[in-house]
Amino acid sequence: MSEIMLQIDGREVAAGEGTTVLEAAQKAGISIPTLCHHEILEPYGGCRLCTVEAEVRGRTKLVAACLYPVEKDLIIRTRSEKVDRIRKMILELLLAHAPDARDLQEMAQEYGADKNRFAKEPSFCIHCGLCVRYCAEVKKKHAIAFVAMGTSREISFIPEIAAKECWNCKECFPLCPTEALQAAFVLTKELANF
Amino acid sequence: MSPTYERADSGLGERRRSPAEAMNNDRIDHILNEHQGQAGSLIQVLMEIQEENHWLPREVLVKVSEQLNVPLSRVLRVATFYKTFSLTPKGQHKIHVCTGTACQVRGAQRVLDEVQELTGIKPGETDSDLKFSLETVNCQGCCSLGPMVEINGETHSKTSPAEIADALKKYE
Amino acid sequence: MPRINSASELEELRNSILSKKEPGKPAIAICAGIACLGLGNGRVISAFEAELKKQSLEAKVELRVTGCHGFCEKGPIVVIYPEEICYLEVTPEDVPEIIAQTVIGKQVIDRLTFTDPDTGTKAAYQSEIPFYKNQSRLLIGNSTKINPQSIDDYLALGGYAALAKALFEMSPEEVLDEIKKANLRGRGGGGFPAGSKWETARNAPGKEKYVIVNAHEGEPGAFMDRALFTGNPHLVLEGLIIGAYTIGSRQGFIYTRHDTPVLRKNIDLALAQAKEYGLLGENILGSGFDFNVEVHLDVGIFVSGESSALMRSIEGKPPEPRPKYIRTSVSGVWDMPTNLNNVETWANVPQIISKGADWYSSIGTERSKGTKLISLSGNIVNSGVVEVPMGTSLKEIVYDFGGGIPSGKQLKAIHFGGPMGGSIPESLIDNPLDFDVLSKLGASLGAGDMLVLDEDTCMVEIARFFLEFLSGESCGKCVPCREGIRQMLRILTNITKGKGQAGDIELLEEIAEVVGEAALCSLGRSVQKPLLSMLKYFRDEFEAHIKEKRCPALACKGLKLGELT
Repeated sequence: MSEIMLQIDGREVAAGEGTTVLEAAQKAGISIPTLCHHEILEPYGGCRLCTVEAEVRGRTKLVAACLYPVEKDLIIRTRSEKVDRIRKMILELLLAHAPDARDLQEMAQEYGADKNRFAKEPSFCIHCGLCVRYCAEVKKKHAIAFVAMGTSREISFIPEIAAKECWNCKECFPLCPTEALQAAFVLTKELANF
Repeated sequence: MSPTYERADSGLGERRRSPAEAMNNDRIDHILNEHQGQAGSLIQVLMEIQEENHWLPREVLVKVSEQLNVPLSRVLRVATFYKTFSLTPKGQHKIHVCTGTACQVRGAQRVLDEVQELTGIKPGETDSDLKFSLETVNCQGCCSLGPMVEINGETHSKTSPAEIADALKKYE
Repeated sequence: MPRINSASELEELRNSILSKKEPGKPAIAICAGIACLGLGNGRVISAFEAELKKQSLEAKVELRVTGCHGFCEKGPIVVIYPEEICYLEVTPEDVPEIIAQTVIGKQVIDRLTFTDPDTGTKAAYQSEIPFYKNQSRLLIGNSTKINPQSIDDYLALGGYAALAKALFEMSPEEVLDEIKKANLRGRGGGGFPAGSKWETARNAPGKEKYVIVNAHEGEPGAFMDRALFTGNPHLVLEGLIIGAYTIGSRQGFIYTRHDTPVLRKNIDLALAQAKEYGLLGENILGSGFDFNVEVHLDVGIFVSGESSALMRSIEGKPPEPRPKYIRTSVSGVWDMPTNLNNVETWANVPQIISKGADWYSSIGTERSKGTKLISLSGNIVNSGVVEVPMGTSLKEIVYDFGGGIPSGKQLKAIHFGGPMGGSIPESLIDNPLDFDVLSKLGASLGAGDMLVLDEDTCMVEIARFFLEFLSGESCGKCVPCREGIRQMLRILTNITKGKGQAGDIELLEEIAEVVGEAALCSLGRSVQKPLLSMLKYFRDEFEAHIKEKRCPALACKGLKLGELT
């Protein structure tokens, strides 16, 4: 694998071909906030918190660092007025659903996100997909899935599978940034028994 | 107001079985046998069953998962993702009101309001007697006919609240 | 049907078909477009069949069920050839009279012809009717003259000559140069130069290359692709084969809707007939070029019209868009170079090859060449499909072709591109139909669907309506789109109910900016466009709703006359 030289926040960074900007930054000790990313799962690109500025041949665009592949002469800026504004807004949108989620608090403070910006709709789920993806990619049980689309999209345990698999597993629970998962499982268990 | 069947994402609602549904089981089994083990045919199979049966009962989804060797979660994901699929039973008379932009601009909302008033159900619902199902549909491509309502496949073009009220009387 | 094995055999076949045609033979062309069928044209067709049988005229008169004629407002439409007498709003009861008086008697039935609503002037011939007269029907004009289920009809009009020319007289590079010189730009919404896209796919490495016809047309208010494709499927197919030859593709896909049975049937027949003649499949026309086409159906959702989502759908996966870090022309279906173009874009290709890029670029403006199909809908007298040269003024389209606004109302705005587009206010309608001019004004041409809005339209409500549509059509994966739509919709709903607050407009603009920049796919990055264009040109309406609890268009329930009810 050949090495590619790129620049992140003014620093020269070497990265292997085929790696993402996020991987390259992490290896160089440069932090980029993430929410839906997990090293054992395929990159998802859903939360968009890892949005960074990418300049190539004089043209700048906004990309998700967890998905964008490194290339020669790429210039990345992990913080800027625009990037910060985007992250603040994303956090505020998520805080409307999970205002007290532990994984959001520190980032909210860093970017000045106001948890009261939007009217609260406490569904608690922020659709990071970690539970769904973990169960599909690692456990290969598919006990939990996304259903419906658009603003009606939500996670749902499949009672037929969850009743058999989840009680003895629960490995996805600690992944959940808002602890919504536990609530959902308990609810579904009740329904399955009903 | 009579109880209604709401669009349930995980299909956990109650449903009554009609004689027609029992008959369709054979046809559904036939469709499944044709695509045994073919996970890639999931969407096609669901479409065929939807066309045949007009809705996808929970146990059929479980059967699809087993016969096609696809995780039930994916079957549910697909079945809830597309509006073409219905997870609740359909009524005898299917009413489709176009709420595409052009129809809206020509007054489709008032027509929809009238239909809701007369049938007692909202879009996505079926009444408890399984008589009417109401859906809103997006642009059918015949915008010059707007506002447009289809009842059992019959088109009512350039309609109005009064005219649709008249049309619905036929189905009382 | 004999297999054609060379360009000269094609011409021989064409001549043989033409020689069998009787020039003076009467033909009854009945429009079977979606709107006309919805208006009961099926019964008119049956009536004609029955009457012709009754009069034993089946051999002497051709009954031709065609695709959309374009004048949807006045359907069901019947055109009698060879005179080209055009009858509007035909009912089954009119049929015996039409056959007796016009087909046989060669007399015009006045009450069935067009009457100008302003002057009362009659027009019996299609070419005289103002709606048709000034159009440039290069693409859709032939739809009245052919039976879409007959490849011979298409051949009789010169069909597939462009393909023969490309295969035998031009190299793929020469065809590519011609398309680039013509500056054919995508008609599906992007307006991207087709030649560039083809070139990228052609040059990208890959053992297979794919070409796709995007016939999804999910945008509400757009129906011109279906009109063209249903009425003349071979025109699109010929363009596709030429494109495949240029790019080096051996497999094509047609992605279309599941809910249009006539279109499906016509496509299936066209493919089968072309294959039988050797115009598709192995060794096309004896040239050594192989190319096959598969048809894929959507499942009825809007996002599956987005090109990367569409490609996932062809692979059998749910249509979730992929971020465009790698262009689909380089890595598309199954990661192979894939060229996707809209129906109308492909349909433009044969004429460019036949008549040349110089001829093509003489039509239109400096950077928008050729003609454009427009679907006119909304508050307009003549709703339907028109084809005009690029550069035609919007005013002309609304008033001369569209016949103006019904009930004597004033025009307020023209909206392009549906839920992902923008509005042009009445004050700017002297602008031309042009990709770049309209883009600069904040309302991209999109696929060419023009929604006409009159003075009774509340622009706040329209912005809200589009977001409501999108809330059910977004795939829901990424935060900016899903949550952005949710919050923008909530705020706009409150505004239309008189619950708007100071700061709402600024908040909407802030959300819109983030959505446009950070969403995952092109659908997500466009959901805010209608709202932003409304705010640009109709900000005062938003302010009236918020500050005065008043809806200037008197449309929002409960906000009339400045009072909350």
